[in-house]
Amino acid sequence: MTSSVAPAAGRRGAGGGKAERTPLPASLAALLRGLPLLPAVVLLAVFLAGPIGYCIYYAFTDMQLTGASGTHFTGLHNFTRAFGDSDFTNAVELTLLFVVGSAVIGQNTLGLALAVLMEKASKPVRSLTSTVVISAWVLPEVVAGYLMYAFFYQEGSLNAILHFLHLPQQNWLYTLPILAVCLANVWRGTAFSMLVFSAALSDVPRELVEAAEVDGANAWQRLWRVTLPVIRRSILTNLMLITLQTLSVFGLIYTMTRGGPGNKTETLPIFMYQQAFQNSLIGYGTAIALVLLVVGALFSVVYIRLLKVEDA
Amino acid sequence: MAVTDSPRMAAARPAASRDRTGRSRRSRVRASRGTINVVLLLFSVLYLVPLLWMVLASFNAHASFKLNVPSPTTANFHHVLTYDTTFRPMLNGLLLCGGGTLVCVVCSILAAYPLSRFRSRLRRPFLYTILFTTGLPITAVMIPVYSMFVQVNLIDSMPATTLFLAASALPFGIWLMKNFMDGVPVVLEEAARIDGANSMQVLWRIVLPLMWPGVIVVTIFTFISMWGNFFVPFILLLSPEKLPASVSVFNFLSAHDQTQYGQLSAFSILYSIPVVMLYLILARRLGGGFALGGALKG
Repeated sequence: MTSSVAPAAGRRGAGGGKAERTPLPASLAALLRGLPLLPAVVLLAVFLAGPIGYCIYYAFTDMQLTGASGTHFTGLHNFTRAFGDSDFTNAVELTLLFVVGSAVIGQNTLGLALAVLMEKASKPVRSLTSTVVISAWVLPEVVAGYLMYAFFYQEGSLNAILHFLHLPQQNWLYTLPILAVCLANVWRGTAFSMLVFSAALSDVPRELVEAAEVDGANAWQRLWRVTLPVIRRSILTNLMLITLQTLSVFGLIYTMTRGGPGNKTETLPIFMYQQAFQNSLIGYGTAIALVLLVVGALFSVVYIRLLKVEDA
Repeated sequence: MAVTDSPRMAAARPAASRDRTGRSRRSRVRASRGTINVVLLLFSVLYLVPLLWMVLASFNAHASFKLNVPSPTTANFHHVLTYDTTFRPMLNGLLLCGGGTLVCVVCSILAAYPLSRFRSRLRRPFLYTILFTTGLPITAVMIPVYSMFVQVNLIDSMPATTLFLAASALPFGIWLMKNFMDGVPVVLEEAARIDGANSMQVLWRIVLPLMWPGVIVVTIFTFISMWGNFFVPFILLLSPEKLPASVSVFNFLSAHDQTQYGQLSAFSILYSIPVVMLYLILARRLGGGFALGGALKG
């Protein structure tokens, strides 16, 4: 990052004999070097930058599914409509609940707890736990949704387990659908946090923990006062990444509940989909997509600031 | 996986106890390890229940949501192993995800080389843009992509969907690939350049052979995430004969009033096997968790 001066001078300019074999003008040589970037840049421009530009434009129109012919520019109408729409505020609340409940609290805490416990467990138990948790993560999203639907169903496994333990049962997908969906996302996604934290914990210097132990700190104090401060960067990075992943979860919820019953699990991605395709309001759906995109972009910026692009 | 194998002696020690004789400490370590083992075992069993249900249901001729051990039959598998139910969706998935992965990996390699080797004023902003894009929710872009595809008549086109899948995986692919390429020493390239090789020859003959593990990690990871992707083909493809397995699982679940849960479970297993196998290769051979974790930490 310090030597981002003349682009063409590069690292090869120093070697004396090299200059003779490249008689090209410096700017052209720099261009040629950048040429391999072209396919990637074209793909990204057409399929990502293009749609994002479209998204910003369509969000301010009344476009409908029937075609572009009757599309008019409507200014901020979609947004004022959204913030006055009780279904939209419901979707925002549910999204917050889903992200905080299943990612920030659920996956993050469970992942950390698993990583800490697995470090102290014996080897067969450790590999069994990590295999089981990771297999839930590797399964395709729709299969995970199907399994969780079966698990939380009235006659499903969860109620059977609760019955066995003499605990009260209920029809989870109707009485507490958002909790069922959150738990499903915890079940599916915890492996990611577990892997990040396991890697982070293995980097914690052992002397530090042992020194705290000699000083009489108990296990809880060692975790809270020594280990967690050391791995705080990993915790923050993990929080950002799982928040971003959870924000855009669609297939899992859609397979389990389709946003229902009523709109009790209608998070922003599902609300957006239903407005755009079931109510044929592409313009309104796009405005909601833009809100989602902006929230994602904000989290993404925070995430980049946490990472350093080293030597770039 | 991503855990150290060195034995940890750190013990969970009750704060009240103040004696430090070696023997009682060791026994306390053993006791706390025992408790932790039991807790993790119970947790694993609970975690396993949904997976166990799927396997049992797939061998049950009269599967319901109840967890019970059937008299095993392979009838469900026989029933779903037909061209329409299994082979065509799997083949579509293979075309979409295989094609998408190929495009993504080739473009990532090409893009990673200048980003890893040459200094330029544009490099840093470009890398930041790539990293920023990895965080954007692709779900949110799908409605404008749909409108765009409708306007240029690309809806229900498998090649266009393949290219979109490739593009959406590209930011993370480039980022990972660049990190792996940074690990290949420049010295060897300089020798080849003195012998008159150009950039592309250096890349294909010198750099790539030295970073196969990295290329394989990116390839497998990209393929796994595409194989599981439901929303993109769900939005962009319409004809039943073009749908990949991810969408057909969903249709299977929602189309029938009397869904055959045994058959759906059997199909889900068949659909999941490729990615589970690929993940196992990734984890066993290359320490997948570590490589990915390292790349994510930047």
